[in-house]
Amino acid sequence: MAQIKEVTKILVDNLKLRGSVLPISQEAATKWAKDLNLPKGGDTILYTGNMYQIIPYINKLVKTLELFEGTFFMNFTVFGRMANRFVNVSKFMGGPNKEEVKTFNNTLTNMAKLLQKSGSKFGYLYEDDLYAGALTYDLGADDVTLAQAKKVYENLKKHGVKRVITVDPHTTHMLREVYPKILPEFDIVVKSYIEVLAKRGLNPLNNKGGEVAIHDSCVYARHENVVGEPRELLSKAGVNVKEPFESKKITFCCGGPAESLFPSKALEVGKKRMAQLCKECDHVTVMCPICNANLKRSATNGTKITDFADYISEFYLEN
Amino acid sequence: MTTRVDPGFMKKVKGLGDQNMEMCFNCSKCTAICPMDTNLLPRSLFRYALLGMTDKIKAEQESIYSCLLCKLCEESCPRGVKIADNVRLLRSYLNRDVFNI
Ligand code: SF4
Ligand code: SF4
Repeated sequence: MAQIKEVTKILVDNLKLRGSVLPISQEAATKWAKDLNLPKGGDTILYTGNMYQIIPYINKLVKTLELFEGTFFMNFTVFGRMANRFVNVSKFMGGPNKEEVKTFNNTLTNMAKLLQKSGSKFGYLYEDDLYAGALTYDLGADDVTLAQAKKVYENLKKHGVKRVITVDPHTTHMLREVYPKILPEFDIVVKSYIEVLAKRGLNPLNNKGGEVAIHDSCVYARHENVVGEPRELLSKAGVNVKEPFESKKITFCCGGPAESLFPSKALEVGKKRMAQLCKECDHVTVMCPICNANLKRSATNGTKITDFADYISEFYLEN
Repeated sequence: MTTRVDPGFMKKVKGLGDQNMEMCFNCSKCTAICPMDTNLLPRSLFRYALLGMTDKIKAEQESIYSCLLCKLCEESCPRGVKIADNVRLLRSYLNRDVFNI
């Protein structure tokens, strides 16, 4: 069980020393926005918190942990933890899967284009778009999470931000629910891009329709009450939304939150969820990069998993 | 075998954040619905915590960190126990007092 303390420590040290649980280059973090000419800062910004960008790196870490989980070699994380204070050990795990990086970057670009199409005006913070601390908060590392929350807030203020549009459920939850609790002065209005698109009444360019099974993220459905909006956007486009056995408020977790400490447990839960989803349709749409990664790892029979932004782009954006 | 009890344990946990472990009346509905199967027993964790059984809490590290914080259990808890927040608080305790993080 050595890995609980050691992995937590590595992630905490990374956030403290390098600003993210898994540090990535500025170029990698901002590449998705390269051709969009988004202004820096402003009243309203699209805030990625780097969640989509770091998932390919987390996947790499999970693969490494999977090799060692429950073995004598896991003890080497003790060495890793000490070394990590001086040098970023995640660099030595090898690069992430290039296709995965491309897919997640494309998803972020699609989100921005969908928002632009809905008439929303927003900027982006580029290198100041900081990780919000979801993983350290979940691991109970409260001091480092609070320090990060302060940094994020100061940074938003510095850029004159009043409203934030988020791209994933975990960052939405951190900024909307957790930050105001741990940082009472936090006064930024937070909405996810899905809520913004639904509220602005975005209309599809076509309603060629289709069929897709929907996987609600636990965080969106139970913590943030984002349930009706994605369904509204899908039905407007004529999509037949297939609901798995456990969905909406009683959605069944993808298993992803266990990934960084117990990859095999995460996989077990993911497989149970995939069995529910596959029964409904061989195409599944997800709203969270963690769900996306863990369900893809758990899928065995060629079921297609597509991020919600990419899926609805087929109906709402010109190709 | 002796069991050590720390009478100040809950005071420490309360100092870390809001919790309502004492609301749990041990019905086990949460365990029946939990995606992590029976390895994770919130009712036992809360009992150990309320009794200040710190050795048990330390021994249950794996189950404390296995919780997905998904809150599915909370949808059916008849007592409105904030199960995920309570479990997360036990992690805060372990981080601070046991792992020195
Ligand atoms: S469902 Fe609620 S009351 Fe019942 S054992 Fe679980 S936490 Fe306790
Ligand atoms: S929050 Fe934890 S205890 Fe509750 S259902 Fe999810 S994994 Fe199980």
